Amino acid sequence: MKVIYTDNNATTKVADEVIEEMLPYFGQLYGNPSSMHTFGDQVVKKIKQARQRVADLINADPDEIVFTSCGTESDNSAVFSALNANPDKKRIITSNVEHPAILNLFKFLQDKKGYDAVFVPVDQKGHLDLDILYDSLSDDTAIVSLMWANNETGVLFPVHEIAGKVTEKKILFHTDAVQAAGKIPIDVKAAGVDMLSLSGHKIHAPKGIGVLYVKKGIRFHPYLIGGHQEKGRRGGTENTVSIIGLGKACELAARHLPVAGTQVKDLRDYLQNRLLEKIPGVSVNGDLETRLPNTLSIGFDAVEGESILLLLDREGICASSGSACTSGSLDPSHVLMAMKVPFKSAHGTIRFSLSHYNTRAEMDHIVETMVQAIEKLRAMSPFWKNGKMV
Amino acid sequence: MWDYTDKVKEHFLHPRNVGELKDANAIGETGSLNCGDALKLFLKVNENERIIDASFMTFGCASAVASSSALTEIIKGMTLDEAAKITNEDIADFLGGLPKEKMHCSVMGKAALKKAIANYRGVQIMEKPGEMVCECFEVTDLEIIDAVKANGLETTEDVTNYLKAGGGCGKCLDRIEEVIASVKAKG
Repeated sequence: MKVIYTDNNATTKVADEVIEEMLPYFGQLYGNPSSMHTFGDQVVKKIKQARQRVADLINADPDEIVFTSCGTESDNSAVFSALNANPDKKRIITSNVEHPAILNLFKFLQDKKGYDAVFVPVDQKGHLDLDILYDSLSDDTAIVSLMWANNETGVLFPVHEIAGKVTEKKILFHTDAVQAAGKIPIDVKAAGVDMLSLSGHKIHAPKGIGVLYVKKGIRFHPYLIGGHQEKGRRGGTENTVSIIGLGKACELAARHLPVAGTQVKDLRDYLQNRLLEKIPGVSVNGDLETRLPNTLSIGFDAVEGESILLLLDREGICASSGSACTSGSLDPSHVLMAMKVPFKSAHGTIRFSLSHYNTRAEMDHIVETMVQAIEKLRAMSPFWKNGKMV
Repeated sequence: MWDYTDKVKEHFLHPRNVGELKDANAIGETGSLNCGDALKLFLKVNENERIIDASFMTFGCASAVASSSALTEIIKGMTLDEAAKITNEDIADFLGGLPKEKMHCSVMGKAALKKAIANYRGVQIMEKPGEMVCECFEVTDLEIIDAVKANGLETTEDVTNYLKAGGGCGKCLDRIEEVIASVKAKG
């Protein structure tokens, strides 16, 4: 069965060009970039190129790029660096819709390390309450960390504005841009952020490679303490192959950016409008405008997400649900709950996240499958009768 | 992805006895939209207290649907007394087992059945004895103690998997931990 992949906010296909770029470095060119011989040095040159390519995607200088193992490591590194650089400051600020890499880290720091963590709420459209954010800024604040784009709804935070307000108070500002990268333009200089996290596998590079951008002049304390790699900012032998792959992926991402904002957005809008048109009792979560061009979080009244996913899976369609229904918890996701999405549609929320590999024919097949799936599930739902909620 | 048995998948994709039973004379409802799963069970019981037909309507995940479907298949033809003896394990076993995180789906089947039988007999289900610990899923401390003892449960996660307790708003998780600790303390 042909796979229709619309779960690109979870992970992405490694681009063929990326694989091709990496292959020689698995086999023949396995040298260690730290070695004092020409064999290892060939890898150094290639890593240098990759660093430049990553820097170019976000308008950074190559020296500001630190390679890590994943987005989570980048996020943790940024926060711990800020805490170590400001040992006397006890307040840390984030939002309540962050990725677990930040959210659970902040909860840990609050519960186990005595930090005064502020979780800024969002409104029903997923927009951050800026008044609460700005009122929370204090002399005692070590870091503000806010995601650029939400992984579930795609809603964008006004990072440029926030970065300005936060950094003018001499407070460090970090943004998790894992979902934004490759989908919308990112310019760290224009945005004025101090630190920024990226993840390779969200932009068609392999899993296991991340980036932390650290602005020049920021005091940085390494999270992994070890050798001199990454100019002492991240110990551990470089994941050379993945770094090289990520470099290529960033080059491709920069090239595809215009397509992400047009072609992919058109497909997403097409899918959204067709679903709204064909199925009653449907609502889109999050602000329709201030949103990633590839993401659609859409709730279907009176049905449950996992059931929908399994019916999609039968047709080879990959998406994800907004309800946890993992572990014993039946709670809808923390993001939908924070947005006060009503339970009736929160449990039946599906996230479709597209890439430039998707086609219109695929969208048509998804719509057709969704119409049948929702009909089937509503026929057995005690909360749906005669075409509406009961 | 969940490791569902083929039978769970089959009952999810082709559930038996779906829909409202027009001439049902016993109905049992459990769960709610807010909880994330709900089951409405319809029974047609004859003068000899035999279940001659059963159907269901379920809102929930695949294992909730499969458990409901299995339940109706199991109880059809049984007397109410026989049906009353059905346990959630019977439902899970019928399906070749459920992932432990999904055991509460079979518990939901058992709960709806109990309510349907009470509904037929015109009996009010007595207020549960003990202290209500989980308000989302109406689970008492006594039920948690029983489940912990019977199944050797160790963590709040285990309790949630078996009874759903703590799987809703989560505010009772600390209390569940205390209950588990009290069972352990008594040995």
